[in-house]
Amino acid sequence: MARLVVDPVTRIEGHLRIEAQVDGGKISDSWSAGTMFRGIELILQGRDPREAWIWAQRICGVCTVVHALASVRAVENALDIEVPTNARIVRNIIAGAQMVQDHVIHFYHLHALDWVDVASALKADPAKTATIAQSISDYDKSSATYFKGIQQRVKGVVDSGQLSLFASGYWGHPAYQLPPEVNLLAVAHYLEALSWQKDFIRLHAVLGGKNPHPQTFLVGGMTTSLDPNEPFAVINPERITFLRQLVKEARRFVDQVYVPDVLAIASMYKDWFTRGEGLGNFLCYGDYSSGNEKDPSSFLFPRGIVLGRDLSKVYPVDASKITESINHSWYEYSGDSANGKHPAQGETNPKYTGPKPPYEFLDVDNKYSWLKTPRYDGKPMEVGPLARMVVGYASGQPEIKAAIDGVLKKFNAPATVLFSTLGRIAARALEAQLMVGQLEKWVEELSMNMEHGTLSIFNPVRWDPATWPKSAAGFGWHEAPRGSLGHWVDIEGRAIKNYQAVVPTTWNAAPRDGSGQRGAYEASLIGTPVADPDRPLEILRTIHSFDPCIACAVHVIDGHGREHTLPRTASVAGAGRLR
Amino acid sequence: MLSPGFDISGALASSGITRRQLTKYCAGLLATLALPERYLAQTVAAVGSVKKPVLVWLQFQDCTGCSESMLRSSHPDVADIVLDLLSWEYHEVIMAGAGGYANALLDRIVKEQKGQYLVVVEGAIPTAEGGAYCTIGGHSAIEIAEKVCRNAAATMAVGACAFDGGLVRSSPNPTGALGVHEAVPGIKVINMAGCPHNPANTAAVVVHYLTFHDLPALDQYNRPLFAYGRVIHDQCERRAHYDAGRFVTEWGDEGSRKGWCLYKMGCKGPEATFNCPVVQWNDHTSWPVRAGHGCIACASPRFWDHMSPFYERLPNVPGFGVETSAGEIGLGLVGAVVAGVTAHGLIKMIQPAPQSIPPVASPRKDV
Repeated sequence: MARLVVDPVTRIEGHLRIEAQVDGGKISDSWSAGTMFRGIELILQGRDPREAWIWAQRICGVCTVVHALASVRAVENALDIEVPTNARIVRNIIAGAQMVQDHVIHFYHLHALDWVDVASALKADPAKTATIAQSISDYDKSSATYFKGIQQRVKGVVDSGQLSLFASGYWGHPAYQLPPEVNLLAVAHYLEALSWQKDFIRLHAVLGGKNPHPQTFLVGGMTTSLDPNEPFAVINPERITFLRQLVKEARRFVDQVYVPDVLAIASMYKDWFTRGEGLGNFLCYGDYSSGNEKDPSSFLFPRGIVLGRDLSKVYPVDASKITESINHSWYEYSGDSANGKHPAQGETNPKYTGPKPPYEFLDVDNKYSWLKTPRYDGKPMEVGPLARMVVGYASGQPEIKAAIDGVLKKFNAPATVLFSTLGRIAARALEAQLMVGQLEKWVEELSMNMEHGTLSIFNPVRWDPATWPKSAAGFGWHEAPRGSLGHWVDIEGRAIKNYQAVVPTTWNAAPRDGSGQRGAYEASLIGTPVADPDRPLEILRTIHSFDPCIACAVHVIDGHGREHTLPRTASVAGAGRLR
Repeated sequence: MLSPGFDISGALASSGITRRQLTKYCAGLLATLALPERYLAQTVAAVGSVKKPVLVWLQFQDCTGCSESMLRSSHPDVADIVLDLLSWEYHEVIMAGAGGYANALLDRIVKEQKGQYLVVVEGAIPTAEGGAYCTIGGHSAIEIAEKVCRNAAATMAVGACAFDGGLVRSSPNPTGALGVHEAVPGIKVINMAGCPHNPANTAAVVVHYLTFHDLPALDQYNRPLFAYGRVIHDQCERRAHYDAGRFVTEWGDEGSRKGWCLYKMGCKGPEATFNCPVVQWNDHTSWPVRAGHGCIACASPRFWDHMSPFYERLPNVPGFGVETSAGEIGLGLVGAVVAGVTAHGLIKMIQPAPQSIPPVASPRKDV
């Protein structure tokens, strides 16, 4: 019986630590800990709610638009502001592009090295790699000469004795199962993706000035002015042409590189369709409206809950059933610390009670993480691409259903394989493919609006704080790349009184709750084999399949729950009446 | 770990990069650095033949935005930096190994490459609660920074958080966060301020270091002058509209469609220094003002507290007298830009004399 520690868990956003109990070569129990805290919600107090998004955006620089979007939606919900159609479309394009780019980076740069042995790629026959590449895709960079060049470049690095990012890899680990030729293919596409991601995300620079942290949101709309006749308008025909070109390249990359690679690699690791199963409960707030953002039936990703892997029933989402508890988190509540609190009444003060650093192990029987523990109706939930695809599939969303059925047919597998480490990876790839199709539509819609003289991009009705009620509260939801995200804001006078984010990775990576229920990470590791405790590749495979984002997941709120004087009607994606 | 006789030009050649391309790329870097062309041969030689220095990239109280920004580098391409320019061995967000392997690698670099490796720090360093607000492998950020930065050849603090604590340090600074130069005093550190840092500048500094074995000229905040020595307002593509009195006065108005000046919407360009309007972002695609939003002065010291509220016009920013008029807004720069830098046009407009007015002050408790 051995306690295994993986800290830092690398190739993720943020600071995550996994402790695991290994018995007979398998994990019998595990604990997931976030080891960094900043306190952004405390910092937000007293500031202008119109600029909250600029601050909240810095919760994460990887999913760099999601907190900005959730934040403006929360404030718009509180102040009862509707945004113009063009603003909705531009937000969808920015967030959708984030999702596509983020998923590609995740697969190649954060996850691939769990499956791909870089050292083995040196043994490949480039001609055979070319044959394989051409058999799975029409991508034009698939010649033997091309793969030989890549191989030589990697060989040059290896021969130099200076392995750069690959210096610490687990090369030769028995869990690597790809033939050298497929490893070479993946290494080539690792480099292609590195180049593509920075080209594609110029889309954010066009619409937001830069990436990371595009600077373009407004409470009430966007700064992206449209005008077909103005060269200095942010969006004009020349810029539309550029957006079209970027989206077209994205379609090419996702269709011809990302999705074929995922399917090819998955087909050689079929064991992992039964590992990393996790909770079996899935939550999706829903998002990406094609019309009225108040109407969840217009969402690309339907809102709903699937429980116990039962795809025959989708439950509605009731915002009032969300709680966060701190039984195993380094915070304290002033009153009853044993039970969870709704985010709108949340109360948190950081109180570290863990071992004094440097430490060897955390005290997992007590508090052991900076993440809190979100629950829906007392139940732990998985959120993310798999949750979106599962809820969409169970809801009968035609595009999602067709995409998933297509892959299941290809593998001749039942839908139960979705609930696995590879299921998460496949869901992410299919979702990226769906999203690229949406991006094409939204760019055309924007272009059409501009040509027809529909130029409105901002609703000025509540820009002046003098127009605000004395106090207001609201919340905004978004389906971020990593899953369901919610921001809750409390405004008093002209300032933020209270702010809280309940973030996808908090749902997935949380420590257990007061009744000992594990979160998604902890549950998914149970039963995972570990061939070599010094090189815990199998743990990385399953944890990485969630795409952790720990900076997002750690947060703290003010300690004053109170009655809101201005309950709002729903006005944004994901909004429903809070009470 | 260095193999004797290895040279990058050989590796470059084997990856299809010609001498001519290398020269072109170095010429581009010299332009960013504002260095004369006579240094070109030296730069090409340094980039082309030097044994690759090891680079360690540490992440503390960060959002990983500065790592992501580095991944957007286009000249040089990020793959070229990682594979050819440096041996980029420790960087949690992207390195191959994890846990014990990662920690052992870092220990080995500190021991075996002592005084030779470069370290980049991203994120603030928390000093409260005995360092418990950020631990990696059970060790506090401050302990790791002490060990790794003190044994490095040079330290680069990238982004606002590593520079001066950034957002994490802003009021009420719940975790006692500090920038690197305060948390690890006395080390050689260059600050690449910005939220995030601009990878074009950071790559240029790295190449400068490889070429001259020293850091470029710095200002009083240890920021390189080539990137932080000029006022944004003076380099702004909308400046002519300011001079002509054409302003955006409401979001989405005619002026916003015509690209007029954003000063009245809270733009902090007149008191911010950065080469953002010139270098721009994401392969020179755009920058925030081009996208219709005012500058938030993200490369300025303690900008989160000092420059917010971001939608207030400059004279209303606490720290400036309420009577200050629009023409006097360049004032804060007297404190922000080191002596010896050419005075920008706005200083001429300032009345009364600059020394009678205090530099930018924090509106909040300075924690």
